[in-house]
Amino acid sequence: MNNGAGKHRFYGEGIPGVELSELQGRLIVIEGADGVGRSTQVAMLKPWLESNGHAVLDTGMTRSALAGKGIKQAKEGPTLGPISLTLFYATDFADRLENEMIPALRAGFIVLTDRYIYSLIARAIVRGMDPGWIKAVYGMALKPDAIFYLRSEVGDLIPRVLNRPTGFDYWESGMDMHLGADLFDSFVEYQTRMLAVFDSMSEEYGFGVIDSSDTIERIYKTLQRRIGRLLRERG
Amino acid sequence: MQMYGEHQFPGKLFIVEGIDGSGKSTQLSLLQQWLKREGYTVFFSEWNSSLLVKETTRRGKKKQMLTPTTFSLIHTTDLADRIERHIIPPLKAGAVVLADRYIYTAFARDVARGVSPAWVRQLYQFAVKPTIGFYFRVPLEVSLKRILGARAGLKHYEAGMDLGLSDDIEESFALFQGMIRDQYEAMIDEFGLTVIDATRSIEDQQDEVRALVERELIDVPKHPVPSLEFAES
Repeated sequence: MNNGAGKHRFYGEGIPGVELSELQGRLIVIEGADGVGRSTQVAMLKPWLESNGHAVLDTGMTRSALAGKGIKQAKEGPTLGPISLTLFYATDFADRLENEMIPALRAGFIVLTDRYIYSLIARAIVRGMDPGWIKAVYGMALKPDAIFYLRSEVGDLIPRVLNRPTGFDYWESGMDMHLGADLFDSFVEYQTRMLAVFDSMSEEYGFGVIDSSDTIERIYKTLQRRIGRLLRERG
Repeated sequence: MQMYGEHQFPGKLFIVEGIDGSGKSTQLSLLQQWLKREGYTVFFSEWNSSLLVKETTRRGKKKQMLTPTTFSLIHTTDLADRIERHIIPPLKAGAVVLADRYIYTAFARDVARGVSPAWVRQLYQFAVKPTIGFYFRVPLEVSLKRILGARAGLKHYEAGMDLGLSDDIEESFALFQGMIRDQYEAMIDEFGLTVIDATRSIEDQQDEVRALVERELIDVPKHPVPSLEFAES
């Protein structure tokens, strides 16, 4: 899972014009299902890293200057087909990778990202995309220095989702797939499928698996310990 | 998800490719008129036609924020939308579908921009293999004369200005078109494109295109739509 400082690689064909030896920073990914507590951890890790003298870029999905707005519109009315939406996400990801993450890595930042290609690959596979195809699409992505996967069971997600004023979300419930009679049925079926795909990717991509049913503080401590170790390896 | 070459639909897909100024759009339009008159159900699919993705593409182009990779991906998104919306359903319905530019435009343009040829071919694995892919071959001098003579202004990405080939937009365009033409030439065998000599008369080219298309339509049913226009024929 660890490539060593300054030794970044792409998963596949990569991005033209990027000199990998120039990427001095670290790319750290927090992955996990919807409502699993990823953003809480990112929000705690960032000031901790900064207080230790590291410059941090925190980033997340569908926020790119290029496609962020378009994806939001596309999701308001589900008018894009599954292949198009998959590729729209890939466009958004590539824009953030090239224009946010890679420049930050070049400048020696720690890039802390709330989700990465694995969520996007899982969503695509659950929607019937060919696994070999979607992995090839994300051949332009950089291999992270570490991927922490906050693993959960569907049952653990439900109270967290209901703890928000918005409750069950259309997309987090996979309502575009017509899996159940209502948001709850659909959420359970969709998230079950998502978790199965995440589990199947765990070994292939070298996820550091963390049990998300643990307390926020203990998960935070685990992440601090593992990230601390990763940064010390720099020497 | 079905991959390139796996789709089996009752309809037929004919696409035209070639550099700007090769006359391919004229030929496709004439083909469309003829197919309609013959009574086929014809559906014409335009390049870059999805409203939703178009806005993102426009933003990227206007602000010149597209890299070769994102340029490639946004156009793949657009073609995917077009295929899911305007190509697969009519093909299932047994229609004759016509497309002005297809995946080969993306391969030629994106590879000229420096994107990996293997990767861009992988991206478009979802695409339906056309019944016939026509490539209108024209010498660069001929097409440039047509384009540069007729156009008010070339656009940044259209002219390949992002490649840094030349500061002069017309010169950049000419160099970029030459690179795209080289890519087309290299794809003829790879994808079995049907080459049409676009230096011949419009009528001769159209005769050849119609003859080739007609052979593929033996099993395709005709559904003439009653209209005043065709009442006499």
